[in-house]
Amino acid sequence: MPNGDIMNKNKSFSLEILMRGVFLSCAAVSILAVLLICLFLFANGIPGIGKIGLLDFLTGTSWKPNDIPASFGILPMIVGSCLVTLGAISIGVPIGVASAVFMAFCCPKNLYKILKPAINLLAGIPSVIYGFFGMAAIVPVFGNSIISACILLGLMILPTVIGLSESALRAVPEQFYEGALALGSGHYRAVYRVALPAAKSGVMAAVVLGVGRAIGETMAVIMVAGNQARMPKDMFPIPKGLFRGIRTLTANIVIEMGYAAELHREALIATGVVLLIFILIINLCFGDTLRRKKQ
Amino acid sequence: MSCFDIKNLNLYYGDFQALKGINMNILKNNITAFIGPSGCGKSTLIKSLNRMNDLIENCRITGKVELFGESIYGDMDVNLLRKRVGMVFQKPNPFPMSVYDNIAFGPRTHGIKSKPQLNEIVERSLQDAAIWGELKDRLGKSALGLSGGQQQRLCVARALAVEPEVLLLDEPTSALDPISTGKIEELLLTLKNRYSIIIVTHNMQQATRISDYTAFFLLGEVIEFGPTENLFSMPVDKRTENYITGRFG
Ligand SMILES: Nc1ncnc2c1ncn2[C@@H]1O[C@H](COP(=O)(O)OP(=O)(O)OP(=O)(O)O)[C@@H](O)[C@H]1O
Ligand SMILES: [Mg+2]
Repeated sequence: MPNGDIMNKNKSFSLEILMRGVFLSCAAVSILAVLLICLFLFANGIPGIGKIGLLDFLTGTSWKPNDIPASFGILPMIVGSCLVTLGAISIGVPIGVASAVFMAFCCPKNLYKILKPAINLLAGIPSVIYGFFGMAAIVPVFGNSIISACILLGLMILPTVIGLSESALRAVPEQFYEGALALGSGHYRAVYRVALPAAKSGVMAAVVLGVGRAIGETMAVIMVAGNQARMPKDMFPIPKGLFRGIRTLTANIVIEMGYAAELHREALIATGVVLLIFILIINLCFGDTLRRKKQ
Repeated sequence: MSCFDIKNLNLYYGDFQALKGINMNILKNNITAFIGPSGCGKSTLIKSLNRMNDLIENCRITGKVELFGESIYGDMDVNLLRKRVGMVFQKPNPFPMSVYDNIAFGPRTHGIKSKPQLNEIVERSLQDAAIWGELKDRLGKSALGLSGGQQQRLCVARALAVEPEVLLLDEPTSALDPISTGKIEELLLTLKNRYSIIIVTHNMQQATRISDYTAFFLLGEVIEFGPTENLFSMPVDKRTENYITGRFG
């Protein structure tokens, strides 16, 4: 029988190698996808930036692709993306973190059974549906404006922020909470002063992913933001300025890509490059937070 | 004078009765040790003295516990009770913040905001816990970076910072090396002039070294309770004798 044994071993050995190959190539697909996306964008976008001039492109304040001569300054759109993201974060993060605290520490079981699936559903709703909701419920009050976009995006990042914050809070060892109570602290003080700080890095990770989602969101923003290219000075006086429309990087691409040609088209792809670099920067700066959270 | 007066205390986790008719009179300014085999209800009893059992679902209590004559399960404010009855856990549990903030957490909870006053409390508590010398230059550093023994003494200091009347310790040295254990024991001996101390321990030598009174528990009952010397030198109950001589089956 020793012969058969060896045969078996060899068979399972080659199966090992085969399976390893399968898993490896599946993993390679995502790496390949990232590489191809970067390659495509840079190859098509960089020449455009070259023709327009990097400085004119990034710091130019007017975007007039159809004028003669045309001007391709995307600063207003960069400003737009940043403002809208900032607004979304300042609305979504406090609400999201507070909800996560509630769900992790204060929620009655019955309510949790409704709340959790509701939030999961919120995460799964397509952005165009959010857009419809924004048009129907937010725009009538706030107009096609920055503020509408911020509110809508704030809602859209809620599930991300809540989900990650909640699991970070749940991972906080019970003993911290008990230690606080044993010192005579009430429930809320123990949660806000001990458990929440202990979950800080997880909550930060949630915020970073929220930023990523907000800055990349396209469809919903287009539907409520009004989409006029604007500079920060137009935001004044606050709050009146906040009721004006704004255009984000993503909106800029989607709205014009359908009919753009030549340099205009290249400028739009270059806009995509800028967006991608934004995302890369966020990931590089905060990847550390994201990784630490997993440990 | 007695600090805790426990009268006919029964405690149930759901259907399971973990404490059966406990009657004890725990004296002020003494160290009282709880000994007994695993699962006999020592932690359960100690947790009913500062009502940490309130956190456990379907935990039901009957009987009476009085702290200096006041019923603690009556209308006493739980947070106030826990301020008066401090607790140190088996596993050191410093909060993930600086040494200073750990100690200041309790006083801040009870409304002390003035910086000089907090500074003074932090220094005094750390000194009382015999760890000021080691930590005075690291007050701003994270408490999680301390050694296990230092963390546990920090937890003692943290408990002392709210000026409790009683200190409960649930196997405070079981995770520590002999030197750290010795330090904690010394510390408790110096503290008993000012506090009443109740300590759960699996270490019989520890009980004889530091405690004035010892209670032996078995299956949720107090089998024997008396001066430590008597209990260890001439136990009245056969079961106590078997346990302390290590012949427990
Ligand atoms: N939360 C709980 N729910 C249900 N039963 C519990 C709970 N906590 C403890 N018990 C039970 O109550 C009994 C006493 O437990 P307790 O923790 O007080 O024992 P102990 O004397 O402290 O033991 P050890 O020396 O191992 O710490 C045990 O049988 C235990 O299984
Ligand atoms: Mg125990």
